[in-house]
Amino acid sequence: MAAVSLAVNGTPVTADVDPRTLLVQLLRENLRLTGTHVGCDTSQCGACVVQVDGKAVKSCTVLALQLEGADVLTIEGLAAPDGPLHPMQEAFRENHGLQCGYCTPGMIMTAVDIVRRKGHELDDKTIREELEGNICRCTGYHNIVKAIAAGARAMQGGGAATKAAE
Amino acid sequence: MTATGIGAAVRRKEDYRFITGKGHYTDDMTRPGQVYAYFVRSPHAHATIKSIDSKTASGMPGVVAVFTGADIAAAKINGHICGWTVTGSDGKPMKAAPGSALATGKVRYVGDEVAVVIADSHAQAKDAAEKVVVDYGVLPAVVDPKEAAKPGAPQIHDIAPNNTVFNWNLGNKAATDAAFASAAHVTKIDIVNNRVMPAAIEPRAAVGEYDAGTDSFTLYTTSQNPHAARLVLSAFAGIAPENKLRVVAPDVGGGFGSKIYIYAEETVCVWAAKKVGRPVKWTAERSESFLVDAHGRDHVTHAELAVDAGGKITAMRVHTIANLGAYPSTFWSCVPTYLYALLLSGQYNIPNIYVEVDAVYTNTAPVDAVRGAGRPEATFVVERLVERAARETGRDSVAFRRANFITSFPHQTPVLLCYDAGDYGASLDEALTLADYKGFAKRKRESARHGKLRGIGFSTYIEACGLAPSQAVGSLGAGVGLFESAEVRVNPVGTVEVLTGSHSHGQGHETTFAQVVSDRLGIPIESVSVVHGDTDKVQFGMGTYGSRSGAVGISAVVKALDKVEAKAKKVAAHLLEAAEADIEFKDGKFNVAGTDKSIDWVSVALNAYVAHKFPGSQLEPGLKEGAFYDPTNFTFPAGCHICEVEVDPETGNTEIVAWTAVDDFGTIVNPMIVEGQVHGGIAHGVGQALYEQAVYSKDGQLVTGSLMDYCMPRADHLPVLTVATTVTKCPSNPLGIKGCGEAGAIASPAAVINAITDAIGTEALAMPATPPAVWAALQKSGRSLPHAA
Repeated sequence: MAAVSLAVNGTPVTADVDPRTLLVQLLRENLRLTGTHVGCDTSQCGACVVQVDGKAVKSCTVLALQLEGADVLTIEGLAAPDGPLHPMQEAFRENHGLQCGYCTPGMIMTAVDIVRRKGHELDDKTIREELEGNICRCTGYHNIVKAIAAGARAMQGGGAATKAAE
Repeated sequence: MTATGIGAAVRRKEDYRFITGKGHYTDDMTRPGQVYAYFVRSPHAHATIKSIDSKTASGMPGVVAVFTGADIAAAKINGHICGWTVTGSDGKPMKAAPGSALATGKVRYVGDEVAVVIADSHAQAKDAAEKVVVDYGVLPAVVDPKEAAKPGAPQIHDIAPNNTVFNWNLGNKAATDAAFASAAHVTKIDIVNNRVMPAAIEPRAAVGEYDAGTDSFTLYTTSQNPHAARLVLSAFAGIAPENKLRVVAPDVGGGFGSKIYIYAEETVCVWAAKKVGRPVKWTAERSESFLVDAHGRDHVTHAELAVDAGGKITAMRVHTIANLGAYPSTFWSCVPTYLYALLLSGQYNIPNIYVEVDAVYTNTAPVDAVRGAGRPEATFVVERLVERAARETGRDSVAFRRANFITSFPHQTPVLLCYDAGDYGASLDEALTLADYKGFAKRKRESARHGKLRGIGFSTYIEACGLAPSQAVGSLGAGVGLFESAEVRVNPVGTVEVLTGSHSHGQGHETTFAQVVSDRLGIPIESVSVVHGDTDKVQFGMGTYGSRSGAVGISAVVKALDKVEAKAKKVAAHLLEAAEADIEFKDGKFNVAGTDKSIDWVSVALNAYVAHKFPGSQLEPGLKEGAFYDPTNFTFPAGCHICEVEVDPETGNTEIVAWTAVDDFGTIVNPMIVEGQVHGGIAHGVGQALYEQAVYSKDGQLVTGSLMDYCMPRADHLPVLTVATTVTKCPSNPLGIKGCGEAGAIASPAAVINAITDAIGTEALAMPATPPAVWAALQKSGRSLPHAA
């Protein structure tokens, strides 16, 4: 076992983990943050995407011990507690960008990262190419793409939740 | 229409928990003292099990127990069953081989469960599983269904000579042959309907629990139909009587058919929970899902269409070999028979149809229903045949379809179904307009100018869903009824719980079912909660598959609402001191006809429970009613999908540049949700047409064992989708709903292949139409260069 200290959704966390523990296991099993999902075993599906130091990372592909001192943001921390939803969360709901909801946390965390890198005016082609690492079986992506374009524009409007996430 | 009633695009009530990471999926659950199961699986497609040595594994750190087939057999726990007995052409029942939750004596496909290791942690269970030594006697395997049926092929089950599950037929052979003999033109086609994997993004999972105090079990699991799971685990697997077994299917991350079935892993987890005295959890890894979740399709078909000199279809003849994999599965046998052959008339008036289906065992994963289940296979046969017949006889493919459309209803087909309503011309016309069919020739010339081959493909499909009238399916061999149940519980403050036997795993029942109640009772949608997925809460129901939740599940809710309204009127009559016959109910108010006397919904609900204002001898207190709705016919959604592609002749790459879908789903409760279902279905079908194929090596190894190898469509594989509807109401259920969950997957593969073959000018193209496949087809045809007309 080995100790690792990091911040998760702004809260300092120290955990004693088996060295083979993945970040997603630390989140789901140790911290009981079950909003981050596992859909595959080859880093293809993107259901496990979180942000590490502000960048999207597949949490099934990084060891917990690699994250000493890191700042991790999960879907549970995207909006302030008891505050309004993050504009990207709101956009997914408004545009019916989810059905079973299983890929959704990873989609939303990826979407926020796309906005960080590509800006607020996202065309259809850009969004689709940037979603290369996220698979959805339910929606055919049509409404996810719409949601991300709308969410990106809404994030430009600002708001406390948006700034915290950016 | 109210803002939250039937027909409104209400934003989903269930979304909040999913977008904030607060959903409750099976793997999110942690029970006190929980241990983890890991399955030892056969690495061979076909082998005898000579011995299993689990001594070393049992002594590994954290290991609680190791169980094998011998333990399961000693406990008299049974395995796989199929709930539908198909009778073959010889009049004998199909050869349904017995199975065991853990293999005994023999393994029959790669992934077959041989032993289970249970340990304190998942990692410990997995480590120990590697130390279970199984001595196999490897046998020759067969994965090709044609080879499997030949004399001398490896024999998979003793019960099934030549690996044949059944030979089955439907239709009038003599009349069909006669029509072919006099045909002006016969179109022939050979099709391989590619094997696909369902691939819900949430892998299957189970947590089994045993309460020694009450001698009862609970199974939390990823199920589309928890009551059916309980029934099978109880009556067939022998876990416990139903009253001692609770099955909970919480939030479920997609199903697509794969979570209908009752598999070995769930059975073992709930059984082992009592053996080890602790809750037992198992969550599939993706590679396990691909190995053992039932696969779909896998047909080899030869089909022929007879056309007369005037362009009328006179007959269809079909022979299909269906690969059913290594073991029976829950719906297994009805997929290539009653969910397939009955749809071969499509939207067309075809006087004569004859179909033969040979179903065979192979050393592969069981094949069962995947989104569409039989109907995509049928639609592909019909729509490819019709398209080719039009092309071969020099007819416009739109005009050829239209000339053969069924236009009067009811219409009895030669393959059992009686279509009740539809307007196929209307959906075709609307689709042609939306797709700007008139502009296609110009777009094709523009594509040619930049070196691309443009093609257009149609699929005017029909499906039979709203599964299903119990008496009808019973007469065809189903072992269960396919009704649905509902209970509407009105609380004293007027809020409502709807308990449905349907199960939502993405379909949005918590919203649409609440819309129906809100609309009917005139109460805010926030006052309605939908409860599903727990056999301890909900009365027996049949779950969700076959596009049945709207057509069957909501119909049960409507039936229960009828009873609630009738009872509420009696209460209101007492409160208003009027005759019951004079009470009218509208917009949440009970009025005495012809007067201004009225009372609101909340007051009636409260008084129903307070019970001060009516004598208990005349009227029972309370306001809660249940209903079982059994459909009287299948429903028949139909429509037209138009796919437009550009093929790059240099690479064979296909880009779908436009998609138009016009579907007739009857009454629509929530158009936003229906559009979403269509989008997802199209993506599923496009996946089959262009990307997806489950591949086994000759010795039975699954080559496409991970998402690195099995290509599921990503966002950039799919176009913007234009989706619209036309409406003819379903005459057989109270709201006129037909169902929409499978339509996209049923319609789309044929539209894609019709478009690509139109683009490349050659018909010899199989699914998936990958760039190498399209490129090779082009090279072979010698038509690789586009010509600007």
